[in-house]
Amino acid sequence: MSFHLIGVNHNTAPVEVRERLALPESRLPEVCKSLCQQEGIEEGMILSTCNRVELLVRRRDGVDNLRNFVCEYFHLDPAEYERYFYDYREEEAVRHIFRVTSSLDSMVVGEPQILGQVKEAYAVARAVGAINSQLDSLLTRAFAVAKRVRTETAVGSSAVSVASVAVELAKKIFGSLNGKHVYLVGAGKMSELAARHLIAHGAASIFVANRTYDRAVQLAKKFHGQAIMFEQLYDTCDKADIVITSTGAPHAIFRREHGELFLSRRRNRPMFFIDIAVPRDVDPGLNKLDGIFVYDIDDLQQAVTSHVADRRKEAERAEAIVALEVQRFQARLQTLDVVPTIVSLQDHLETIRQAEIDRVRGRLGSLSPDQELAVDALTRGIINKIMHTPISTLKTAARESEATTVIDLVRRLFNLQEKKEVAVSSKSGSAGSPGAKN
Amino acid sequence: MPILWLRVALCFYGVGLAYALLALTRRSELLNRVGLPAMLLGMVFQFVSLTETVLLSGHLTTAWVDNSESLLALLSMAFLLAVYLLYRTSSLGIVVFPIVFLLTFVAATGSQPALFVTPVIKKGWLIAHIAMIFTGYAALFLSFGASLLYLVQERRLKSKNSGLLSRLPALETIDEIGYRALLIGFPFMTLGLVAGTVVAQSTYGHLDFLDPKIALSVLMWAVYLVMLYTRWSSGWRGRRAALLATLAFAVAIVAWLANYFSGMHRFVSS
Repeated sequence: MSFHLIGVNHNTAPVEVRERLALPESRLPEVCKSLCQQEGIEEGMILSTCNRVELLVRRRDGVDNLRNFVCEYFHLDPAEYERYFYDYREEEAVRHIFRVTSSLDSMVVGEPQILGQVKEAYAVARAVGAINSQLDSLLTRAFAVAKRVRTETAVGSSAVSVASVAVELAKKIFGSLNGKHVYLVGAGKMSELAARHLIAHGAASIFVANRTYDRAVQLAKKFHGQAIMFEQLYDTCDKADIVITSTGAPHAIFRREHGELFLSRRRNRPMFFIDIAVPRDVDPGLNKLDGIFVYDIDDLQQAVTSHVADRRKEAERAEAIVALEVQRFQARLQTLDVVPTIVSLQDHLETIRQAEIDRVRGRLGSLSPDQELAVDALTRGIINKIMHTPISTLKTAARESEATTVIDLVRRLFNLQEKKEVAVSSKSGSAGSPGAKN
Repeated sequence: MPILWLRVALCFYGVGLAYALLALTRRSELLNRVGLPAMLLGMVFQFVSLTETVLLSGHLTTAWVDNSESLLALLSMAFLLAVYLLYRTSSLGIVVFPIVFLLTFVAATGSQPALFVTPVIKKGWLIAHIAMIFTGYAALFLSFGASLLYLVQERRLKSKNSGLLSRLPALETIDEIGYRALLIGFPFMTLGLVAGTVVAQSTYGHLDFLDPKIALSVLMWAVYLVMLYTRWSSGWRGRRAALLATLAFAVAIVAWLANYFSGMHRFVSS
């Protein structure tokens, strides 16, 4: 019984390959179902995003048909596509799924979407009954690990694009952006993008001033904002909390005296200038005024670079957490593995005990209820005493690498082989059927 | 017994202080996990200590005056807790914790000046005077802390490298905390001074404005007023506001120390 994962991602396969393998949401349930109908595959799920396609299954030992399934299903030539796939088993598969869910395997490490995507894939597989026991605990654990990584490291906390850095900075100044006014000076693509980000985070209204008034009107319309004649720039600019400049002017539009004017009109409420124009639109001297903060394109870019480096550092800490969690999960898995053996051992001995009592019962003659109980207790006591050591050995062994050897040995000694198979298949059968009805 | 509880409280504040300082160097909000429980436990023990003092002496006034430092520390902590509940930030602890620790330390080592030599007629006014002045003081500490934090955060944002890494609350949030603390503190301070005047009038029949305690108290009130006025009329914040707040804080400390030199600030509860 083991986990097996194969897949392609943005590192191993170019987009042409990934798009051939990508599954639309509508087809996922059906593919999940047919995956689980494969010989020896007990549980399975499929994760398909724009950066990765992965199949994760729990299969019976000795079965290795996952790759064939993929090639057949997508009509791929195995020889040609072999090199794009990665292939993880057991512990490696556990580690991989933990890393993916924690966004450590993402193109932009720490990006938050992947967790939701894995959750969706899990929900789909669960809905069609493709996930029922151990894969369920694996995924549940993966979500917990992802949460732990997010709360204990800063891997997903820093902004890594110019627009998002601008938003983060605005929040550091104003707290919430609700009700804040944004002024666009110059109507470039970059400033439009930044404005869109700010509005998405709650900024109230947009003013647009541009040398070409028509262009200002156009852009203002997009945001339900207000276009302003460029000549009125200095008269109206103090209304804005955040000013984004991107004009092609050869020299600074905003100089120190303008800053002082705005501040006195605003009664010293802070102002945030985001200058993405080159040459710069805002005189750096403005940043020296109390309450005015000026960030030019280099400052923003620098923040982005340092955040990317930060994320890398944090990712190392996250990897350590994942490694620890993989160990923990494996240990738990092994304890779980021991349980069926213990149960069948108990069943086996109980059957022997019952059979022996039945055999000699006739020769004992009539017994009082008390005597009946005594016979029962006597036999049960012997069995329990004998079983005590093997069971505790099994439980200790479960936590060590020799687990499988000990389990095999016990099974062979007591001839438990057949019973285990029966027990497991009946179990998975009964667990699978209600799921299939869904 | 009360002194024992107070020392226990002091230990907890010590832990809180250590973590507040540690939180400065780390990026995680350590204060929430260790600092907050320490702060709450400290408050509980301090409260127990104060209540027990009141019960032992049987007089609210005596107990309060004898344990004024402890009472002020507890009020400051209450303000800090209120800020935490309202704004989910414990950063102000960096400034308030040391003050509270110092006050509690002074109270726990038991070296208060003897204040009671003259009989006091208007006991109710005296209690009001103490309660209100201390609330005003605690609010002042808080706004002092806020204005220092504002400066730090402003510098960080202007330096451009560390602005985003800073765990401090947003600039406007810090500003709001400080301004609100001023707005709440000022009426208390004013009414507290009025109550004090009534007590002094009834005890001595006149007010000696040259008495160091009284002169400094009036000065402190004036600085308080200037702070509020500049903030309200022209939105002074940042460096100028921090300067004023530091001045107010310094005057407050000196006014407190003036207890040792004042001829008028002596009350008896019997």
